[in-house]
Order: sequence, then structure tokens, then C-alpha cells
Amino acid sequence: MNRRPTMKRTLLLASGGAFLLAACASGPVSERPKVTSGDLDQVTAVLKRDFKERGQAKMDRVNLDEVQRTCNLHKDNPPASVAQRLEQAQLKAIPFPEGSLIGNWKAGEKIAQGGRGAMWSDKPGAAAGGSCYNCHQISPKEGNHGTIGPSLLGFGKTRGSGPDMQRYAYGKIYNAKAYSLCSHMPRLGHSGTLTPQQIKDLVALLLDPASPVNQ
Amino acid sequence: MAGPMKMRATLGSGYTDVRVLMSHPMATEQQTKGKPHFIQNVTVKVNGKTVIEGEISQAVSRNPVFSFRLKGGAKGDKIQVSWLDNKGETNQTETAVA
Amino acid sequence: MKRTTMWTAVSAAGLALALAPALAQESPFAKYQQMTAEGSPVELFELVGEELWTKPQGPKNVSLEKCDLGMGPGVLKGAYAAMPRYFKDTDRVEDLETRLLHCMTTLQGRSPEEATQRLFGNADKPSEMEYLSAYIAGHSRGMDVSPGMSHPKEKASFELGKKLFFHRAGAWDFSCASCHGEQHKRIRMSALPVLSDPKQAGPIVATWPAYRVSNSQFKTMQWRINDCYRQMRMPEPKFASEATVAMNMYLTVTGRGFPYSGPGTKR
Repeated sequence: MNRRPTMKRTLLLASGGAFLLAACASGPVSERPKVTSGDLDQVTAVLKRDFKERGQAKMDRVNLDEVQRTCNLHKDNPPASVAQRLEQAQLKAIPFPEGSLIGNWKAGEKIAQGGRGAMWSDKPGAAAGGSCYNCHQISPKEGNHGTIGPSLLGFGKTRGSGPDMQRYAYGKIYNAKAYSLCSHMPRLGHSGTLTPQQIKDLVALLLDPASPVNQ
Repeated sequence: MAGPMKMRATLGSGYTDVRVLMSHPMATEQQTKGKPHFIQNVTVKVNGKTVIEGEISQAVSRNPVFSFRLKGGAKGDKIQVSWLDNKGETNQTETAVA
Repeated sequence: MKRTTMWTAVSAAGLALALAPALAQESPFAKYQQMTAEGSPVELFELVGEELWTKPQGPKNVSLEKCDLGMGPGVLKGAYAAMPRYFKDTDRVEDLETRLLHCMTTLQGRSPEEATQRLFGNADKPSEMEYLSAYIAGHSRGMDVSPGMSHPKEKASFELGKKLFFHRAGAWDFSCASCHGEQHKRIRMSALPVLSDPKQAGPIVATWPAYRVSNSQFKTMQWRINDCYRQMRMPEPKFASEATVAMNMYLTVTGRGFPYSGPGTKR
């Protein structure tokens, strides 16, 4: 449910510096190139040669795992059978905690607002945020949100907050690719960015009837 | 040592538009935890005669720009703009009206 | 004291005073942008850049004035608008900062370690690369952005840049296209230009390097690419590496044809 921002044009003007309305553009929009496995290896070799580790960002980050390789090869649109196999494998690997997966929504809101974590500029071991508002609308009180992901307004109110929904929300945050293989959404748990408690707090933000999301 | 300063003075029809770019940290009391550093006085002279005596404060942020319009003016008039900050540092620049 | 009619507009970074002049037909954003551009400290960076360009440095105690930016030794006019491009003497495609590094190490005899000691500065102390970039880019004002596209290495650089643009990797599985590949999206409140779209890449490429009003810093393309990869949760790209030049080439070629408006002023 993507709401097209009404301020699109003015936002473009605000961010683009001298926005020239003259149509001097040449050529069509670049199409994403079809790549082979060899191409991926070539690019990975370039990354290995031209990038260096810094802080917690180690060079193993340029190695493609099977999900990244598959999505790159199929331009984020893999055949259903391929996607399903990998999604199921990802799902199996999610360490769901026992009991209720609903934490504290107030803590969750802070985590959703926080944009640090997993970068070379972040202190290793310091608590990370989920950067959730970068892409999503979440609490109706927060107007400063992105539109890369769908709006999460009324998430728990619409879907309920029973064990199945808790599991879905937890799993999605832990590893979005287990549900949609080539999703834009980062794998916040799988990447080690967020802790289980932090994910539970985000689940609370989405599902707790008291959360502003569900008012 | 003060950073660079640049001014442009352009003659219009019965007026002169002046724009001065000033390099200065304009650091507030809060930013510096008690050691503010900002321009306090700006003086404009035309052909040696003072026409503007301005006072600004820490509300103005880093690298201020001062644009103003003077009544009259002629090509070749010498405009001089100088500033003085709270630490006693100064800088100035001069240009001829074009 | 002589009374003069004053029309004062003290334009402070991030605190633009709304004047409401008679010409109020434009949107408030367009007006703000115009005021910001008119009152930009960019020219001050160009002034310091000029000093650094003419300053003898390094073991050879020589200035950069004979540096060949592609139009011949010391020719500044239009050089930036024609970059990135292939250079015969290094047999490489280079962007502005890469080329400056070359001139610093060859003409001036400086070591790469010394010349790259402090590539990206801050508000209190901008870097040498930033000042020089402002100065040189300023000499391409009004000229059409036209990077090199004919030499095989220029073409290869573009193709590599394109592959990199769409390549998902890193701890968060991001490619450039993750944010800059879909129309009408924004991150928080920042509109995301689709950089594979010439119509959107054009105005961007025509306004870098740029002064950022929000933190009073002058930013270059090498910095922009570096900082994107940081936020993509990737390791750090090496300055002036083939990968960074290729990325710059891809963006510049995609956005070519717009008149370069000089170092920009941004949020």
C-alpha cells in the first residue's frame, strides 16, 4: 500500500540542487543488465581488489551468499521453484525464541527510529537500530518516514496479534528473504544487526494493541 | 587567521546590489560549550564613508552571506566591508562597483 | 550617518530568512533553492582552491599549474565537464580526484600516503581535494557534461559501473539500485533520484561537487560514493580505485548533456 508522496515534486526540487527543467537528457533509462555467474565473479573480484576492511565491515561482506547470487542472476525475479526452495531454507534457519514474541513497543519505536548499526563507522558491539523509518511508515505520529517499503499503519489491528502473526512479524524482521527471496528489506537478524530482544520489541511496535501503530 | 572573503557589487538602475561572502565558524556558546566564536560587527563603507554599521549574533550560522542594496552608486565606487568578531579578529575586503 | 535604503538579506546556512519579494510565483522550495544558490559559500572554496593550485608543494617544490586534466597542461576551462576520461600517460580512466592524485605524486613528487592522508575534511577544516575540486569544477560552469565515451577503456569503465550499480552484496544485500532504482521513492524525507534514468541523473551530475548547507561541508564525488557504500553496510572503497571511477563514469555518462552549473549547494 504505497502512498505516493504528494510532496514528490517539491522534494525532488529540494534535494536536486539546481533542478534543470530543460530536456537535455539523452537516452532511455538503463536497463538492469543480465549477468552471468562469471560476471558476478568478475564484480566480486573487483570488489575484493578495490575495497578494504574498515571497522566492523570486513571483506567477507563482498562474498555473495546463495540468496544474493540468485537474486543478482535473476534480476530479483527468480523462477518460483528456485525462490521457494531458498525461502524455505532461509525460514528453517530462523531461530525463533520460545514463548511470546511480543516485547516492549516503546523500546521498539526507538529501535525503529535508530539508523546506526553494522556500518564501519559504528562501534562494534554497540546497540544498533533497525533503520525502519528509512523505508516505512510505522507510527501515525511520525511523518518523517520513507516510502521504499509499504506502510505498516494498523499492522496488528488489521492482522491480529496471535502466535502465527507474531511468528510472521518476527521472521520477516529477522530474515525478510525467507518470505520474499529478493525483497529490498535487509535481514536484520540474519546479518547480526539486531538482537532477539530488539526484534521482539519491533514485533511489539507492530502488534501490541497499545502501540501507536494500532490506534 | 581569518578565512577568505569575497564581494561583488553590481550597479543597477539607481541602486547598487552588493553581496559579500564571509568565512567564519560562527560557533555558538552551546556548540562550543562556552567558548563562542562569532562575528559581532559588520561595517560597510562607500568611498571611505561608513554607510552601514551592523551587529549580528550567534544566531547567524557558519560562512555568512550578507546581501544588501544601496541607493545610488556609480561605476568604480569603492565598497569596503569589514567584520570584527567576539575574539577581536577582523577581516575585510574591497571591491569596485561594476 | 548617511541614510541609505537597505535591502538586507542575511542568508545563514540552514536559517534562510523568507523575504517575500514581489516575484513570489515560484514554489517556496524553488525560492529557497535560488536564495541558497545565490548566497552559497562555494566561491570561497574556489578561492582557496586557487591558492592550493598555485602553491608549490612536495619534494619537487612545484605547484599543480602544469597538471594536465585532459585539455592540456594547466588548462582548466571545461576540464571537469569532460571527466571522467581516459588518460594516455597513465593508461587509465580517471575522474577529477584520481587525476589530482596523479599530479600530486608525479609533478609534485608527493608520496601517495601523504597526498591521501586526509581526503575528506569537515566544516572546520576542509581537505585539499575538496578545495581543489571546487576550484577546478568552477571552470566548467555552463559547459555540457560530456565524459569520455569513445576509448575502449572508457566504455569498459561505464560497463563496470553499470554492473556495480545493480550488484547486490554486503551485510544488508543492497545495491545502488536498492535505493536509486525505483521511481517516486524516498528515504525518510529525502527524494531518491533514479540514477539509471538520464533525466534524473542529469541534474545530479550537473551539481557535484557540492557545498552541503546542513553541515557546512564541501563534498566531492569520491566522498559521495564512499559514503553510500558505508551506509550500504559494505567495506570501504579505496580512493581513486577503478571501481569508484567506474561508478562515477556510469553516473556521469547516464546524466550527460546537461549544462554543468558549477559546484552545487545542497541541503
